[in-house]
Amino acid sequence: MTVGIIVFPGSNCDYDCYYVLKRVLGVSVRYLWHKDTDISGLDIIILPGGFSYGDYLRTGAIAKFSPIMTEVKRFANHGGKVLGICNGFQILAETGLLPGALIRNKTLRFICREVYLRVETDQTPFTGLYVPGEVIQLPIAHTDGNYYADSKTLKELEEDGRVVLRYSDPHGYLDDEYNFNGSLNHIAGIVNEGRNILGLMPHPERRVDPIVGGTDGARLFESILELAAV
Amino acid sequence: MKATVLVRLKADILDPQGKAVLGILQNLGYKGVRGVRVGKLIELELDDSEQDHPESQLQDMANKVLSNPVIESVELKVDRTGER
Repeated sequence: MTVGIIVFPGSNCDYDCYYVLKRVLGVSVRYLWHKDTDISGLDIIILPGGFSYGDYLRTGAIAKFSPIMTEVKRFANHGGKVLGICNGFQILAETGLLPGALIRNKTLRFICREVYLRVETDQTPFTGLYVPGEVIQLPIAHTDGNYYADSKTLKELEEDGRVVLRYSDPHGYLDDEYNFNGSLNHIAGIVNEGRNILGLMPHPERRVDPIVGGTDGARLFESILELAAV
Repeated sequence: MKATVLVRLKADILDPQGKAVLGILQNLGYKGVRGVRVGKLIELELDDSEQDHPESQLQDMANKVLSNPVIESVELKVDRTGER
């Protein structure tokens, strides 16, 4: 079981992911430089958060042309598990591996805070250890996290149960006041049709160790690992 | 030759930046401004000798790189003045 973490110029959550997997969960981890093209032997690929290429042009717009992304696409199209967190989600959306786009927050500001999230489904390799409907807490830290998709795509996502996380109030109710970035349908995370690619704006890797204020993110990583171990 | 690519958020997409600019203009007392939307302008300098069909190449660049067709629309202009 080996996890690959891609490092783009400007990634800044790569070590957080490395720490969680290697030190907390004891998994074999390999860093991948964005220019690498050899991803053999990997079971899971993570695109971490950060500001790849300084968010020039649009978030993820330059990173999607990194040499490694051709391999990531091939890996994902063959059912490989891909997890994109924050900027990683933005890159996956730009690449077209996930539908929709992340646009400017409705407040126009960088938002760095704890949010409540309602877990919508346990029917993905990333959320098997959560209970549908449960409310968890994770931090967000982004300027462009406002999920947008056209109405047809939104309908497909909803009907197919591919919305994985939604911004909610502490009791799991959807309230615009708690949808800080203005995402359509309060969407915080989605999976692709094959359910092997997850993109989410909140940072599960920052809530794995009680010392940093919570462990709600741990089960996301444990879900993938449990599945991989079967 | 020169080309410009005008990138706009699609009409049905909320533009918080435009709304903020509109708010400022109204606060400053400018009358009759009903809406503002903010886009971006990208200027390209093209090598004349390499361009048989600059429009089609530009369209391709716009779709793949310069814009995200999910949220943005583009308008292309090629300026042939000064072309030899």
